[in-house]
Amino acid sequence: MTNHWVDIKNADVILIMGGNAAEAHPCGFKWVTEAKAKRGAKLVVVDPRFTRSAAVADYYAPLRVGTDIAFLGGVMHYLLSNNKIHHEYVKNYTDASFLVNPEYGFNDGYFSGWDAKKKKYDKATWAYQKGADGFVSVDETLKNPNCVFNLMKRHYARYTPEAVSNITGTPKDKFLKVCELIAGTAAPNKTLTILYALGWTQHTVGSQNIRMMAMIQLMLGNVGMAGGGVNALRGHANVQGITDMNLVTNVLPGYMVLPSDKEQTREKYLEARTPKPLRPAQMNFPANFPKWHTSLMKAWYGNAAQKENDFRYDWMPKIDKPYDVLHMFERMHLGKMNGFVCQGFNPLAAVPNRRKLSEALAKLKFMVVIDPLDTETASFWQNHGELNDVKTADIQTEVFRLPASCFAEHSGTFTNSGRVIQWHWKAADSPGESMSDVDIVANIFTRVRELYRKNGGAFPAPVLGLTWAYRQANQPAPEELLMEISGKALGNVYDPKDKAKVLVKAGDQLAGFAQLRDDGSTSCGNWIYSGCWSDKGNLTARRDNADPSGLGQTLNWGFSWPANRRILYNRASADASGKPWDASRTVIKWDAAAKKWAGNDVPDMRPDAAPAEGVNPFIMNPEGVARLFAVGRMAEGPFPEHYEPFETPIDTNPLHPKVVQNPGARLFKGDAEQLGTSKDFPYAATTYRLTEHMHFWSKNIVLNAIIQPEAFVEIGEELAKAKGIVNGSRVKVRSKRGEIKAVAMVTKRMPMLAVNGQKVHTVGIPIHWGFIGVAKKGHLANTLTPFVGDANVQTPEFKAFLVNIEKA
Amino acid sequence: MAIQAMEVTQRSATRSMPGVAPATKVAKLIDISKCIGCKACQVACMEWNDVRDEIGTNVGVYDNPPDLSANSYTVMRFSEVEFEAGKLEWLIRKDGCMHCADPGCLKACPAPGAIVQYSNGIVDFVPEHCIGCGYCIAGCPFDVPRLSKKTGKVSKCTLCSDRVAVGQEPACVKTCPTKAITFGTKDDMIKQAAGRITDLKSRGYKNAGLYDPKGVGGTHVMYVLQHADKPEAYNALPRDPGISPMVSVWKGITQPILSAALGLAVFGALIHYVTAGPKAKHEEE
Repeated sequence: MTNHWVDIKNADVILIMGGNAAEAHPCGFKWVTEAKAKRGAKLVVVDPRFTRSAAVADYYAPLRVGTDIAFLGGVMHYLLSNNKIHHEYVKNYTDASFLVNPEYGFNDGYFSGWDAKKKKYDKATWAYQKGADGFVSVDETLKNPNCVFNLMKRHYARYTPEAVSNITGTPKDKFLKVCELIAGTAAPNKTLTILYALGWTQHTVGSQNIRMMAMIQLMLGNVGMAGGGVNALRGHANVQGITDMNLVTNVLPGYMVLPSDKEQTREKYLEARTPKPLRPAQMNFPANFPKWHTSLMKAWYGNAAQKENDFRYDWMPKIDKPYDVLHMFERMHLGKMNGFVCQGFNPLAAVPNRRKLSEALAKLKFMVVIDPLDTETASFWQNHGELNDVKTADIQTEVFRLPASCFAEHSGTFTNSGRVIQWHWKAADSPGESMSDVDIVANIFTRVRELYRKNGGAFPAPVLGLTWAYRQANQPAPEELLMEISGKALGNVYDPKDKAKVLVKAGDQLAGFAQLRDDGSTSCGNWIYSGCWSDKGNLTARRDNADPSGLGQTLNWGFSWPANRRILYNRASADASGKPWDASRTVIKWDAAAKKWAGNDVPDMRPDAAPAEGVNPFIMNPEGVARLFAVGRMAEGPFPEHYEPFETPIDTNPLHPKVVQNPGARLFKGDAEQLGTSKDFPYAATTYRLTEHMHFWSKNIVLNAIIQPEAFVEIGEELAKAKGIVNGSRVKVRSKRGEIKAVAMVTKRMPMLAVNGQKVHTVGIPIHWGFIGVAKKGHLANTLTPFVGDANVQTPEFKAFLVNIEKA
Repeated sequence: MAIQAMEVTQRSATRSMPGVAPATKVAKLIDISKCIGCKACQVACMEWNDVRDEIGTNVGVYDNPPDLSANSYTVMRFSEVEFEAGKLEWLIRKDGCMHCADPGCLKACPAPGAIVQYSNGIVDFVPEHCIGCGYCIAGCPFDVPRLSKKTGKVSKCTLCSDRVAVGQEPACVKTCPTKAITFGTKDDMIKQAAGRITDLKSRGYKNAGLYDPKGVGGTHVMYVLQHADKPEAYNALPRDPGISPMVSVWKGITQPILSAALGLAVFGALIHYVTAGPKAKHEEE
C-alpha cells in the first residue's frame, strides 16, 4: 500500500476491484465501514462475481474475468474526454508534459520495437526525448503531439464506452456510473482509494492492471493524499515483509536488483543502477544506491568485504536466467533439478497445473519441507484415490519434514500491507521437536558451512566468509536479526557537511538510511528497514496509538518503512507552493517560517526543500515526477493495453484480432499445448479465496471446517439450467489440464455477460480444499489452472482460464 | 458497559416472582447493512460456549452449518434478492435468539425454572431444569431453540449472559470486525440505529428501518434492515411475530398440574441419565 489500513477511513470513494476486501481482509475492511459511517464515503465494487464486498457496496458493476485493463482504459478515456482530471497535479507531478521519442508508436496490438522473429521487444523507442543538457525535453503547454499526455490520450481513444462494454461485458450504463463516481474525485479536495489484491496480480497482464490504476490515480491527483493512493492488500500476515526482504528471486533485500552474470564488476553493476537526474533540481534518490548496496555487502560479509576487494562483489550470486516459481518447476519437470527446499510453501496446491507439479516433484532426489503442518506437497507421494492418484511405488523422491513453529511460538516481526513493521512476542512453546524457521535454517547453514570447511567445494569462500556473529550460531535471536537488518555504524559516521562532526559512533545503531555510507563504514541488511531499531531501541515494538491528526497516522505505533513514513509520496498532498490540496486532511505542508516541511507524517521530501526550488514529489524517479509513460521498464509496453487471458472465451481480441494475448508473456513449450480453446472449454473460470479459510492451512482447523466444510463451485442460474445442474448437486469441472469434482452452488451472483456478440458464463472456483486436513477432502483447484504467468513477474494466471462443466 | 446485577424477573412454569428492582434493559443491535458475512461471530460463539457443531457438507449455499443446532447458537443466513431488475442484493442476516421482551419459549415451557428472563431483558435457558420436551421450540415465533439428541436438552444463544453479568459484551459483538454487531442499553441501541437508518436513507434505501417487533413486546436483539418493509426477504424473518394462541391455551392446562410437571422433570432427567449416560466428552481439538 502507498497508504495504510487506517487511512482507508479518510477516503471519499472506495473502489474495490481486483480484490474482495470484505472476503479476504475482513478485519481491515472495518476501515471501509468507518469511511462509510463517518465520512459518508461511497463504496464501489467491480468484480466478475457479486462478492461479499459487493453485498455492502453502494454500487456494483460486473465485468468479465481478465478484462480489467479494458475497463480501466475506458475510465482513463472518460476522464480525459470529460476533462475530469486534476490539471495542476497532472502538470506538475507527472510526466504528462515530457516528450517521447518520435519513433515510439502503437499499431494493431504491438508497440514499436516488436521483433516478430525473436518474439521480443526492442524497447529503445520507449524513451523520453533528451536535450543537450541531458535533461528530458518538456512541453508545458501539452500541445506537442509527442508529449506523454497526448500519446496517452491517443492510446486510450479506442477505449470508448461501447468498446469497453463489448469487451468486458459490463453494461454501458453501469460502466458510465462507475466512471462518474471515480471522476468525482478529480476535485483537489476529494480522494479515491483503490483496494486490490490477487484479482489484479494473477493475470498475464497483472503488473499492467496495477499500472493502469496508478495512472488513473495520478490523473485524479489522488496519490500522496490521505484517503488516496494505490493499495495492495496483502494476503498473508507477513507477505509484505517477505517481499521487502527478497521474495522475488531476482532482487536483493530492499528491492535492489540482483546483478546479472553479464555484470561481473561492481563498478558496472553500480553504474547501471545509479541514475543521473532527468530533470533539474530533482532529488534523484536512487543516486544513493551504492550506499545501500555497500552496506548490504558489509552486513553479509563483514570484515571480509573491503574497498580493496570491491566489498566482495565477486562473492555475490549473479543471475544467469529466471528463477521464478514457474521456471523452477519447469526445470524440475525437465529433470534438471534434483533437490528442493520448500519452506512455508505448499506448491502442489499453490502453483498452477497440479499434474505437472506432481510429475515434477516425483523427479526430485530429495525434498525438504519446512512447515508447521502436513501439506499436500509434503505428502505428494501418497495415493488418495482420485484426489491424488499417484503410484507411490514409482516415486523415489526422499522427503524430509522439518516441523516449524507457528508465528505465536516465536518472537519476530510482521510487516503488514501498510508497510508497518510490528514486533510480536512469543506466546507459547511450540510442540514436539519443532523449531522456528530461523533456527532450522541456522542449523542447516552451520552444518553446510562445516562440510565446506572440511571438504572444500566448488566455491566455499562466500559460505565460509558469511557474517554469522550471533551469540548462538544455531539460534540467532530475532532481536539480533532485526538489529542487523536495521543497520549499524562499523566506523564513525561523519556529517557530510561537517567532516569533523560524528553523526553516529562506531558500533551504534543507525537512525536511518540517510546515514548509510558507500565507504564500508556502515552495515545494513535492508536499507528500507533502516532505523527500525535505532539508538532509541526496537521501534517496531512501539504500541502508542496516539493520533493527534485524527487521520489514523499513529506515528509512534510500530515503524513504517521507509523512515517511519505512513503515506508515500506525501509531498504530492500539497500544491506546488506547499499548501495542502485539502487542509482538513493535511498530511504535510511547507512551514515558511521554520523553512521546513512539517505536518502529520514524515515528509517524503528533503525536509528543507523550499517549494520554490521545484523539487518534485516522486523522489525515487530521476525525473522527480510520476511516470504515466513507463519508459523501458515494462515487458509489454509503456502504456497498459488490453490483452485477452491466455485462455479466452471469445477467441479474439476485439481491439486487435491479430494480437490476442500479451506478446511479452512467457510460455514454455509443453504448456502451450496444454491451453484449451472455447470450443472444448466454453466457460470463463476464476479461482479465489473465501473468508472462512486461509489458503490451505485452515482446513486443518475444526472451527474453520465447520463454517465452510466442503469444496464447491459457483455458477449462474442460466448456465445451471442449460446444463441441468441442480443447486447442491455434484459436478465435474474440466480444463485442458485436468478435472475436479465439487458441489455446485447455483447463484444469481455469477452474472451472465454479453461479450462481443456472445454470452459468457463464469465458473467460480474457491481454492481451499485438498487431501490433507479435517475439512471434507476435496480436489485441489489448481488441477485446472494454466502454467503461464505475468509478463513481468510471472505471477500465475489463476484468475482467468477456460473450463467445461457437467453433472457428476 | 458497567456491571449490573442480573436478577431473574420471569421464570418458566412459575406463577409469580417476588418484586425485582427494574434494571436497565440491554440490547444487541445487528446492522445488516454493515455485515459482510465473515462468520467470525459464529466462531466466537462456538469458542466462548465451547461447543462444536459437526463438520457438515455444502448444500449449495454459503450458510454453514446450514441451520441452527444445539451446538450452533448463531448462523449466518444468506439471501439473494432482486427487488428491482438488475439490482441484486445479498442480504446476510445473523440468525439466533431474539431475546423477546415477551418470550414465547418461556411462556410455553412446562418445566419450572428451565427458562428465565433476567431484569436486563436476557432470556436464558437453565439446562439442569430442562426436561427436553421441546415446547419452547413450538412457543418460539422465530424458530430458534434446538433440542440436542446427545444431551436431551434444548439450547440457544444466551446473549452471553455470563459475560454480560461481569460487564463484558457478548462474544460475537467483541469479535465483529466491521462493528455490524454492537451492544449496549436498549435505548442507546435504538438511538444508534436511528443514525444508521438516516445514513441508509441518504444512500437510497428509503424503507430502511429498525426491527424491534411489538408482537413480542420488542426484542433485545434488534436488526437494522435496509428494507424494513420486507423483513421476509431476510431469510423469512417474520413480519409480525407473536406468541401462538395455542401457547396460552396450553398454559391454562399446565398451570394446575405444575407439580406433576416438576416430577416429570426429575423423571426425565433420570431416564436421560440411564439412556445417555453422563455428559460425553468432546472429541474435538
